[in-house]
Amino acid sequence: MHKIFGEFQENLSDEQEFLILGFSPSSIPIQQRWRNNGLSADFVADYLTTFFPAIYEDPDPEGKRVEIKGAVSYIANELLENAMKFNDDNSSYPIKFGLHILDIASEITLVLLATNSVSQQSVHKFQSFIQELLESDLDELYIRQLEKSAEDETGGASGLGLLTMKNDYFAKLGWKFETVKQEPEVVTVTTMVQLKV
Amino acid sequence: MEKQNVQGENYQVIGDPETSTVYFKGSLRLGGMKEYEPIIKILDEMIQQDPSLITLNLRELEFLNSSGISMLSKFVLNVRKKKTIQIEIKGSGKIPWQGKSLKNLQRLMPGLKLELE
Repeated sequence: MHKIFGEFQENLSDEQEFLILGFSPSSIPIQQRWRNNGLSADFVADYLTTFFPAIYEDPDPEGKRVEIKGAVSYIANELLENAMKFNDDNSSYPIKFGLHILDIASEITLVLLATNSVSQQSVHKFQSFIQELLESDLDELYIRQLEKSAEDETGGASGLGLLTMKNDYFAKLGWKFETVKQEPEVVTVTTMVQLKV
Repeated sequence: MEKQNVQGENYQVIGDPETSTVYFKGSLRLGGMKEYEPIIKILDEMIQQDPSLITLNLRELEFLNSSGISMLSKFVLNVRKKKTIQIEIKGSGKIPWQGKSLKNLQRLMPGLKLELE
């Protein structure tokens, strides 16, 4: 399988700044490391703002720093939570998180990525949610999912994290599904979030 | 009724029935609705008191994950169903997620008063 949805850049350049974190699901059960999501997200956000040149050129550097840090820590946390929640724990494939800074003609885009393995059963469910997300009116879908998740006692997969990224943070979203191993087959999904700052 | 208090490693939620106010502090990133249950209980009991106004004070809530946003949405929808209670949310303009995401609660209940200080 090799399927792309939404706005996804393949072959990101490694000539500019990037950071990659890896988590092995086989070392400790993923649920037990929930706490790590927040630590990792805050670390990535802090790390980023320390060497981000655009901040210092902004008329309100402190305000800009707080804004970027808030957005990155929210998005990174949601991506990590989703990756941990939907990872196929039967596979020992690692969960990866990455942050790239792309500076193209002085326009800066932050690219955040999370990769996890997915079970065969959840691939189709996830892909149809992605289709819905890409085709629906965002405002309407947002309210619909809020109402749906409020009704749903288990409060499970509402996709609210992805919707807030798009609706509240104006981020571009994309996904890549690919088969990374045969026999037994392992399929991974990479979620890519692009944020102009 | 006495004040209610739920405290975790990085957060605290206090329900004060006397002023019908629920205070949220710190960083809330619990894993799904089940873990939000003790906080939902405080919010539900506040609704059961049937005051004319419930205030959510989020001025010191630095971080809220999407499950937490879902919890607040659920609270707003429950209050909307009841039709007798108003909601006032006191937030901070200095905390970025609040300026971005709290306005969505107003879309669930247009009469909701949102004040970002």
